[in-house]
Amino acid sequence: MRRVVVTGLGMVSPLACGVEETWSQILDSKSGAKKVEGFETGDLACRIAAQVPFGDGSNGTFNPDQWMEPKEQRKVDPFIVYAMSAATQALNDAGWKPTTYEDQCASGVLIGSGIGGIGGIYEASQILIERGPRRISPFFIPGRLINLAGGYVSIEHGLKGPNHAVVTACSTGSHAIGDAARLIAFGDADVMVAGGTESPINRLSLAGFAACRALSTAFNDEPTKASRPYDKDRDGFVMGEGAGVVVLEEYEHAKARGAKMYAEVIGYGLSGDAYHITSPSEDGDGAYRCMAAAIKRAGISASEIDYINAHGTSTPLGDEIELKAVERIVGNAAGKLAMSSTKSAVGHLLGAAGAVEAIFSILAMRDGIVPPTLNLDNPSVETAIDLVPHKAKRKEINVALSNSFGFGGTNASLIFRRVS
Amino acid sequence: MSDVADRVKKIVVEHLGVDAEKVTDNANFIDDLGADSLDTVELVMAFEEEFNVEIPDDAAETIVTVGDAIKFLEKNAA
Repeated sequence: MRRVVVTGLGMVSPLACGVEETWSQILDSKSGAKKVEGFETGDLACRIAAQVPFGDGSNGTFNPDQWMEPKEQRKVDPFIVYAMSAATQALNDAGWKPTTYEDQCASGVLIGSGIGGIGGIYEASQILIERGPRRISPFFIPGRLINLAGGYVSIEHGLKGPNHAVVTACSTGSHAIGDAARLIAFGDADVMVAGGTESPINRLSLAGFAACRALSTAFNDEPTKASRPYDKDRDGFVMGEGAGVVVLEEYEHAKARGAKMYAEVIGYGLSGDAYHITSPSEDGDGAYRCMAAAIKRAGISASEIDYINAHGTSTPLGDEIELKAVERIVGNAAGKLAMSSTKSAVGHLLGAAGAVEAIFSILAMRDGIVPPTLNLDNPSVETAIDLVPHKAKRKEINVALSNSFGFGGTNASLIFRRVS
Repeated sequence: MSDVADRVKKIVVEHLGVDAEKVTDNANFIDDLGADSLDTVELVMAFEEEFNVEIPDDAAETIVTVGDAIKFLEKNAA
């Protein structure tokens, strides 16, 4: 199998537009959660979210006009604009701009989303009811379809290789990166632009996820305290939005052009719970098997893992189930493992979560520093694993694993290693 | 310039993101103003909205330039 390395990173997050801009705030223990702005929330159980900071592009704000023509933005939901930004950042970072036909055909895109254009579907259905079918825009469908994030990115950057998309709820970003890495390993492409994107923050999604009892509702007046993985007082996740995109590249291809290599993708594992539509299997079997599959693929032992970026959404059930599965898989090595949830800072980006968290895992490895789990005042269970409460800490990381678990019982684990 | 022409040109500028000086009577939406087939559908919808008129599909197909739109709307708009 061909080796796959990460050569570019791009991100739009609730903390900032930009990878380094977001990362520095993560390490400073900053939270992106706020009271929801932009629409009425008075009748919603959850009135907080981690929204992308729009602005003129200075000081890490997100200026959509820098990434997509205003005339095009009007046709699409924000998840596509976020993907365009993150993908362009990642390709610029990688220094990869395919211009020859051969290079374009060897470069593909695999960007997924959990729910795509739910905001636009909600608005269009109101138009349909109030004003009839003739008022539905021809851009309604192409601006909402999940694979159109990748479609737009491919058109903008001339990527004529595999054009694929993943939809696996909150595992989407991890599956996208893992599947894209396999396309390179199998020789279907030399370069893949891969990740996840999501723009779910609207009345319909907040009502729907609250009905599933998935959202935090006890911290509407203290938004930055709401996402508190592993803490006794956690009561659900904080919805986030944004996009994470990486450039994956075949090792020799990257080496030949002198590209910087952030990390090698050495392991990818997938599993299904076959248990419940929204709850994880109580014994953590699905989480355990997907980590085990990734470890087997990587050809390492579990004790070699230095850092895990947890799925850790801050829901009462999920956090402890994942923790127990990790304890089971690392066994006696638990005492040397650090595991944190960056969802405590950026919230839960749903289909983009796995991608931004893969990037955080890679940066933790690059900088030798573990990002913190915010608000972890009183852990609900005892563990030998360092959950990195409140403050980032120094740690040499050679191998990092990132977990994602989604509704429907769909699980993915990615393992990255320093490039030697 | 007629009031209808003004309103048509404003819509074209907004929807296609083109400079106002390019939006002449002879400008073809697709060849000169960079519209695609979906843009032209949306333009017709925007004209219907602005002028409170229904433009049937067979009539819409004959509207290919800015001038075609102005002519149609001057004749048919209330």
